[in-house]
Amino acid sequence: MEPIISTEKLGHVYSIGTPFEHAALCDVDFEAATGEYIGLIGHTGSGKSTFVQHLNGLIKPTSGRVLFHGQDIHSSKELTHSIRFKVGIVFQYPEYQLFEDTVYKDIAFGPKNMKLSESEIDERVREAAGFVGITDELLEKSPFELSGGEKRRAAIAGVIAMRPEVLILDEPTAGLDPRGCTRLLENIEEFHSAFNATVIMVTHDMDEIARAADRIIVFDKGRIRYNAPPKEIFSHSGELSEMGLAVPQATVIAARLRARGVTLPADIYTIEQLEEALAGLKGGGENA
Amino acid sequence: MLKDVTLGQFFPGNTVIHRLDPRTKLILVIVYIVALFTAKSYISYAVVIVVFALCVAVSRIGLKSLFSGLKPILIIIIITAILNILFTRSGRVLLQFWKITVTADGVRIAVFMVVRLMLLIMGTFILTYTTSPISLTEGLERLLSPLKKIKVPVHELAMMMSIALRFIPTLIEETDKIMSAQKARGANFETGSLLDRAKALLPLLVPLFVSAFRRADELAVAMESRCYHGGEGRTRMNVLTMKKRDWTALILGAIFLAAIIALARFGL
Ligand SMILES: Nc1ncnc2c1ncn2[C@@H]1O[C@H](COP(=O)(O)OP(=O)(O)OP(=O)(O)O)[C@@H](O)[C@H]1O
Ligand SMILES: [Mg+2]
Repeated sequence: MEPIISTEKLGHVYSIGTPFEHAALCDVDFEAATGEYIGLIGHTGSGKSTFVQHLNGLIKPTSGRVLFHGQDIHSSKELTHSIRFKVGIVFQYPEYQLFEDTVYKDIAFGPKNMKLSESEIDERVREAAGFVGITDELLEKSPFELSGGEKRRAAIAGVIAMRPEVLILDEPTAGLDPRGCTRLLENIEEFHSAFNATVIMVTHDMDEIARAADRIIVFDKGRIRYNAPPKEIFSHSGELSEMGLAVPQATVIAARLRARGVTLPADIYTIEQLEEALAGLKGGGENA
Repeated sequence: MLKDVTLGQFFPGNTVIHRLDPRTKLILVIVYIVALFTAKSYISYAVVIVVFALCVAVSRIGLKSLFSGLKPILIIIIITAILNILFTRSGRVLLQFWKITVTADGVRIAVFMVVRLMLLIMGTFILTYTTSPISLTEGLERLLSPLKKIKVPVHELAMMMSIALRFIPTLIEETDKIMSAQKARGANFETGSLLDRAKALLPLLVPLFVSAFRRADELAVAMESRCYHGGEGRTRMNVLTMKKRDWTALILGAIFLAAIIALARFGL
């Protein structure tokens, strides 16, 4: 299938030509298909945020190309502008971008820029608010009166309201409480399945990404180190921790048990798999 | 992008000039400016230029960054040159048409003015490119500390300056971030009528101000909880000390100034 978004030999050097020159991305070849859920992981400073900002044209590559439906997104100004609505990006700590006097108006900012009709805008705002669990009562409040978690939801709704074909989230759960995290991730999955949207999620939460993602991409020093389904990624747990990355809890537990002589497969990364593997051992296993 | 403003930017390095005490550098810049304005003749200008070039070479500042810093004032330089050429009436006439007269004196004065302006700006760049803002304010505070006797709040001013300097990059970064976030929602900062553009700034300015106030508040609390109570009785982690190289540099500066003044005395 033709990828919806892809990059070819993408490279980015910050502050080119000054003593602060820094190559943040190097030869990144990436593609995503419609409806895919992709996890992006990597150590701090590995270039994840820089990479995702290329995907909707906010940063111009210093080498290589970004293609949306096979078209270079920088081939014309109009295209670069229209891509913004098709590839929605939720930044790290998006709550600091709220500015309107009501949450409703803030969520409507994107659709308004798309020059949609009033009724269409209204429909989208309510739909987006529904996805992230913002009640009608909250919609009329000032964004500055919301709690941190509510602000985060409002900001995410502001991007979802554009109904992007590709939704990119840069560490959306950072700093949220565990329940807030779980709910937010469920909301995102709902959006994912409701519109068959492509989701690219940057995260440090391995348990979550192991469960939800179809494919995981590991960034290391501005390059793609691994690009594979979770099963395969987490069998490299040694290399991952060398890169300063964690592995899911289930993988850790399975590895510890294996070290103590329990025979368990090497590619366990969810609790369900661990449960199944352990149940299989019961009665028959030498340590059971 | 916004990050590319170089006016007053610091480029870390480890040359002799980088390591000089900020006070020395501040004094030398003043010496340099005085010398520049005393210089009247080709010879004295040549001396200034040689000294300037030596400093640039020693500090290993790239010529490119030095000249790119001139960009914001290019327009002032050009206007200065044009005004001087047009309004100087003395000297041999080089060119005359319509109401415009260009004289040899005019061209000479224009060249001198432009060179002087460029040397002035680029000379101060040597200071800001080689001295971190923090040590610069520290140097300034120490240099001005005698003014405390006449109740000038030197410490407070210096603290305000260092906080301001400290937050410029933060605010620029933040502006960049918020701009990107709003652009991602289709905000357009680049085109449209003046009114449209002014309106487009709202989604940028509101979050920026909100966060600036939040930061100011947080910083105040953080400073208070570390018992900051003004300059009184405060000691420093890095105490500025004048080294041999500082005295050497100051003596060289004095000789340079003396030479320029002597040249001016002889009408050169
Ligand atoms: N605007 C910028 N100017 C210069 N360098 C930058 C800029 N933004 C990022 N960098 C550098 O590029 C590298 C990659 O940064 P990036 O923000 O993409 O990392 P990241 O993988 O998102 O990290 P994190 O997990 O901490 O968010 C870092 O070394 C960073 O210092
Ligand atoms: Mg990041």
